[in-house]
Amino acid sequence: MFATFVFGNGMSWLPTIMLFVDIVVAAAIFYYTCKHRYYWIGGLELVQLVMVLWFEFARGHGLRTTNPFIVDKFAWIMLLIAAVVGGLIVVFAVGYMEEFQKEHPEVPDRRPFFFGVMGLFLVAMFGLVMSNNLLYMYTCWEITSFCSFLLIGYTQTKEAIRNSFKALWMNLLGGLAFALAILLMGTQLHSVELTRLLAVGSDNRVVQLVAALLVFCGFTKCAMMPFSGWLLGAMVAPTPTSALLHSSTMVKAGVFLIIKLCPLFEGNYVGWMTLMVGGITFFFAGCAAIAQSDGKKVLAYSTVSNLGLIVCCAGLGTYAGAWTAIMLVIFHAVAKSLCFLCVGTAEQQIGSRNLENFDGLFCSMPRLSMCMLVGICGMFLAPFGMLVSKWAAMKAVVDAGQPLLVFFMAFGSAITMFYWAKWIGKICAYIPMKKELEEGIHSVQWVALRFLSAAVVSLCTLFPLLSSRMVGPYLQEIYRCNGSVLAPSNLLVMGVMVVLVMLLGLGYGRGRRNRRVLTQLSGANAGDNLGYLGAGERVVPVTLSNWYMDDWFGEARMQLWGFSLCAACILAGLALVGGGVLLA
Amino acid sequence: MLSCELGMKLVYAVLFLVLAPVAGGLLAGLDRIISARMQRRVGPGILQPFYDVLKLWDKEGVEGNPAQGFYIFSFLLFVVLSGVFFFAGGDLLLVIFTLTIASVLFVTAAYSSNSPYSQVSAQRELLQTMAYEPMMLLVAIGFYACCGSFAVGDILNSASLNIVRMPGLFLGMCFIFLIKFRKSPFDVAMSHEIHQELIQGLATEFSGRTLALIEVAHWYEDVFLFGFVYLFFGGAGLFTLVGGLLACALVYFLMILVDNCCSRVKWQHLLRCSWAVTLVLGFTNVVYLMFRMQGY
Amino acid sequence: MSYFTKSPWLIHYDGSSCNGCDIEVLACLTPLYDVERFGIVNTGNPKHADIFLVTGGVNTQNLPVVRQIYEQMPEPHVVVAVGTCACSGGVFRECYNMLGGMDRAIPVDVYVPGCAARPESIIDGVVKALGILEEKAKKLAEKKAEGGTNGAVG
Repeated sequence: MFATFVFGNGMSWLPTIMLFVDIVVAAAIFYYTCKHRYYWIGGLELVQLVMVLWFEFARGHGLRTTNPFIVDKFAWIMLLIAAVVGGLIVVFAVGYMEEFQKEHPEVPDRRPFFFGVMGLFLVAMFGLVMSNNLLYMYTCWEITSFCSFLLIGYTQTKEAIRNSFKALWMNLLGGLAFALAILLMGTQLHSVELTRLLAVGSDNRVVQLVAALLVFCGFTKCAMMPFSGWLLGAMVAPTPTSALLHSSTMVKAGVFLIIKLCPLFEGNYVGWMTLMVGGITFFFAGCAAIAQSDGKKVLAYSTVSNLGLIVCCAGLGTYAGAWTAIMLVIFHAVAKSLCFLCVGTAEQQIGSRNLENFDGLFCSMPRLSMCMLVGICGMFLAPFGMLVSKWAAMKAVVDAGQPLLVFFMAFGSAITMFYWAKWIGKICAYIPMKKELEEGIHSVQWVALRFLSAAVVSLCTLFPLLSSRMVGPYLQEIYRCNGSVLAPSNLLVMGVMVVLVMLLGLGYGRGRRNRRVLTQLSGANAGDNLGYLGAGERVVPVTLSNWYMDDWFGEARMQLWGFSLCAACILAGLALVGGGVLLA
Repeated sequence: MLSCELGMKLVYAVLFLVLAPVAGGLLAGLDRIISARMQRRVGPGILQPFYDVLKLWDKEGVEGNPAQGFYIFSFLLFVVLSGVFFFAGGDLLLVIFTLTIASVLFVTAAYSSNSPYSQVSAQRELLQTMAYEPMMLLVAIGFYACCGSFAVGDILNSASLNIVRMPGLFLGMCFIFLIKFRKSPFDVAMSHEIHQELIQGLATEFSGRTLALIEVAHWYEDVFLFGFVYLFFGGAGLFTLVGGLLACALVYFLMILVDNCCSRVKWQHLLRCSWAVTLVLGFTNVVYLMFRMQGY
Repeated sequence: MSYFTKSPWLIHYDGSSCNGCDIEVLACLTPLYDVERFGIVNTGNPKHADIFLVTGGVNTQNLPVVRQIYEQMPEPHVVVAVGTCACSGGVFRECYNMLGGMDRAIPVDVYVPGCAARPESIIDGVVKALGILEEKAKKLAEKKAEGGTNGAVG
């Protein structure tokens, strides 16, 4: 099972088809950009289309690619993620969109279109992770960019259209870098195969430049900091879209490409650029998440932050770094999609996705809150998987001798704890007066939520198996060495802790029954814990709000720092690598 | 051989389980006596904390909601677990992460009561956790860079005296221990004394056995935090054992002194101070250790 | 053996007093009297307290407050009324809004007279209260032993 296999050899019609698809996608993008008068974005597409066409006709026929598609263990993992998580999100969407159209009569009902695009998206994702030929990967890459554009703009409101074009231009910028990389590689190395790129190795300066361009392309896709805007803007779309973009597809395509290039990163400027941008994004996006009260926005910033961590680990280029990055990808995909679907469901039931309104969610929607808790704990709390990865990340960073990243790791980890824990606190607050709100949730939504919760828990208990059967063999093939990142005894301890937590959960509520008394409101409790007696016997409601510390972690401030530092790192990295090629 | 090693680990873990509450309670009692003497009072007997907990155990339990007890029990469990990991020679990062779960559980317990006093202190507690955690992680990383392992057992067996290479980390850690031990000027979330602004902070809504469990959890926590101090000095020989214990005693005394000399600060000040100290003392020390590790 | 006498935690509530007694209550905490010698802690939280120390009388406004604090205290607990006003209403007794001494609101176990009550007598009152606390604890334990699981403690 999950053996590596190769296919696509001898399909002589494949290049023509792919070229045709390229042209179709480009034409569609032209159509939309002209329709909404974003001509310059169309220009961006035009440039890369011309480049790819020129390459195909002038040079393409001289190249002989041997293995157009390779499905190795990593590709299997990505396929499973895209299929299972993506599939569950689509299932969820069936129930969600029905409700969504009822609640938003002003939005034209284009559900067939919506599900069609989602399907296309997943197919493109499958193609992308299997491609070894960069030209094919480029085609799939463009399709995902275009599909995400369509999905974000689904509601056709002004804001949605603006944000969808923001996503489009950023991703097309990445596509431009991709096309450049293909051009460079084809003309200089006479190949467009990913395996060939890895085989030549990073001693070759051209390879470095190609890798740098591809990494840049990955940055745009996985929303590293100067490009994080599109992912945040994607929140305007219905929840299944955000869940799909944030967890299993789109952004994961970006990190997939970067992790694929991992062996080229050790000890050069490409690696430096990758890990710096990742580390900086991890830290500043985490800070920005503190100041957000919109549930989806917290999730969005946490996604950006986690992707930063993944990119950073990949940028180390070591075995341990790559192991951590892949593990993070898996845990993040499952836990984050669960979080998104929970927030989306809660939003439909209580009419708001502001965390302040999640007060006492446990009393009004116990089962949904349980799912949400599983998702959140999966995101940051030991003994769940994400933390194992963070642990490994810290070790990998120290081993790689990157003091600055140690800083980002130590502080970033504390910050992550803060914004998740206050969310947990909000939903666990006990407010008995709320009424049951769970009836309105569609049964297919429950299927998706339950399945994903189960997936989070089982991933956490079974991840040693995942490591030894899937991730380990893949990395051994790539690095040609055996490595174990965390000692087996520690993994065992973590597994035992997961079981312990579950046992604790089973024992919940079995304790002694104590006398119930009013909460402490200095003797002036009005009798229901929800208000106190103020002057003149007037009942003043108790309102409690979380801390957001806007003066410290305000969005604008964090963006200013994060954007400028990341942009500086990217420019410096590209300049250093490009300069190396020119001078050589 | 392997089973012998495992056996020793188990012995240490069990010893911690049994002795830590005794030692922690005595330390707390001593703390109250020393504080009293600093204020020219006589103070209670050294066994006072035990009396308090035993009394609480016999009292009726009252609660604001049914979930509180569950969270607090889990809190105690994870505090004990992190201590057990530590004394069984486990991985420092695992210990710190486990302690983080414990702290999140405590905060959740406070949140769950939905009373303004405990919720405000819950937020402050989270802020405190955010303030001290980077330093704890840096200490663990420092030991790794210095001794080549995160495992407590390996750190103790390493030949070097760690404090020589890690003075900054040691001072920084002592600084954030003021937060962990809930001492002034950093007792913003909860204090062992009466808290004028937040009543009893996080513990406001707990009573009876639940409150007793919180107290016992703090004993466990205190003891194993001193284990961190010991790591800086400790080693295999008898001399280092005495030296390590003396260092712990000194840190303990200084902390009580600071507690009695300072007034409480605002949270902004707390965050700023502890991060600045973490950067200046902790981070620079780690940078030095990492360059040394790479052989510069 | 019961530990209630060794660790009495108290909550101090000021009804409608002139603050004279309150100052004396706080004086007990000073190095001169140092009630912490007896393990006494001023908790300020009814949920932690064993002894409810009230100064001043009860009026229409603070009646529900006193009762609520009393309700929030876990069993066993005792009430000590400190000062003449708390015992009987004192000089405020005839005021239009006064109901009288604290025993009009909640059952009082120990009365400490004086205007203002001296720290020595306050401490004496608290020590007397400890005896009553001990008795109450015993009764509670007996009741628990008789009544099986239905008791308030445990």
